[in-house]
Amino acid sequence: MSGLSGIGVKVESGAAAPDEIYANTLPLLHEIRHALARLVESGEPTVIDIQSIPMGPGDMNRLMDALGEGEVRAEFEALGKTVIRESRYGGVWIIEHLNGSGGVAGRFIEITWVPSLLQAQREDVEAGLEALADALAAAGN
Amino acid sequence: MAASKTVGDVLRAHGVSRRGFMKFCAATASMMALPPSMVSTVAAAIENARRPSVIWLPFQECTGCTEAITRSHTPTLEGLIFDSISLDYHHTLMAASGQRAEDAMMQAMEENYGNYLLLVDGSIPTEEFESHSCTNGHTHLSMLKDAATGAAAIVSVGTCAAYGGIPKANPNPTKARSVQDLITDKPIINVPGCPPVPTVLTGVLAHYLVFGTIPELDPYGRPMAFFGQNIHDRCYRRPFYERGQFAETFDDEGAKKGYCLYKLGCKGPITYNACATVRWNEGTSWPVQSGHGCLGCSEPDFWDKGSFYRPLSAAYWGDARTVGIGAAAGAAAGLAAAALARGKQKKAQQEEKA
Repeated sequence: MSGLSGIGVKVESGAAAPDEIYANTLPLLHEIRHALARLVESGEPTVIDIQSIPMGPGDMNRLMDALGEGEVRAEFEALGKTVIRESRYGGVWIIEHLNGSGGVAGRFIEITWVPSLLQAQREDVEAGLEALADALAAAGN
Repeated sequence: MAASKTVGDVLRAHGVSRRGFMKFCAATASMMALPPSMVSTVAAAIENARRPSVIWLPFQECTGCTEAITRSHTPTLEGLIFDSISLDYHHTLMAASGQRAEDAMMQAMEENYGNYLLLVDGSIPTEEFESHSCTNGHTHLSMLKDAATGAAAIVSVGTCAAYGGIPKANPNPTKARSVQDLITDKPIINVPGCPPVPTVLTGVLAHYLVFGTIPELDPYGRPMAFFGQNIHDRCYRRPFYERGQFAETFDDEGAKKGYCLYKLGCKGPITYNACATVRWNEGTSWPVQSGHGCLGCSEPDFWDKGSFYRPLSAAYWGDARTVGIGAAAGAAAGLAAAALARGKQKKAQQEEKA
């Protein structure tokens, strides 16, 4: 027998996952708290690129658990899916850009009133206006 | 020709909406290790950037660098960065072969003389061994010199091109040399790694695309944005190091708990690269997360620095029992290095804004 099936594999299961804390979640939550205070006091938004921060296995899950789910969730398809959702803390948005194969291409926390990507973009609106006018003209209206 | 199109033209040809374009720019800025506040600057620059002609010459190499980069391709974001350049020659990837491929390279070099980007992977045999590595009857040394003449800049992809790598390892049977050993009159960006992190190469290409310049480099010719901090300072296991919690073997309790791999020979404290943050396989993991110490593959002569499994302190002082002292001294030095690196990165970002 050849190939992977010929390799003896011992699967260890049933053991509890290590409960080690890598200490990278708490500082981020404090950073988010500071950014939120800045938004409230001066209206200044903040974007945190969480892909660029060293995270241990499970750290990202801990962070997402801590932020939880809020009231708003939106998705759009442009170069792969993008999911924008508000956390349980109003004004703290989690933005995940996925690529065509479902992998995470970018992950940001945006502390703002409304993420800019949720708004219609001027260029798309202008293109839409032109397309609608053409469609009406083509229909003789 | 294709190179005259702007990147904006290419994206529109792909039917990319403005929202998609902004998403592309956010991911690109992240790839370039720029802060999110730079996204609008990146968007404005990308919109009008001309597609650069790129010629990629593989020399004395294993094709691992090309494999790493092409396997990382996703159908969208990173792929679009590659669509945004005009890759006019890469003999492993191009459809043409033989004389037609060589003609395509010569044509691209003539039409874009002085402006094309030259990517090289692999080291170059020299002296009496020059003929040990040839393509189409030309030695790689002569090909490098010819192609470098008309290049705007050179990117050495992988440790072999950047520093000689494994072919240059003792006893260096082909008298292999790096690109920077042989070409001294062109800007050279080293993107070392065995292989290099694909996102780092994409980030360097994106930087050239966006700003039309080469990024700020460290003393080893590496882009500061990706090589400005060492693995150890950015390692998620660093808190264990600070607490003196180490794995002693690869299967002990410490290893299972994810403790620091310093005592198992991890070269993180002396290695500068982006693995700890960018990671591999679409950000899934990296060697230390998989339980193995860093080999230091992005550093010059990494293959000749002794065993991968010998602690750094033992390597320097010859006594494994001193490792505890080494760890304590390393922690202090590491903090200082981290502060210095952060300062350099901030300076790089400020200059980028300017």
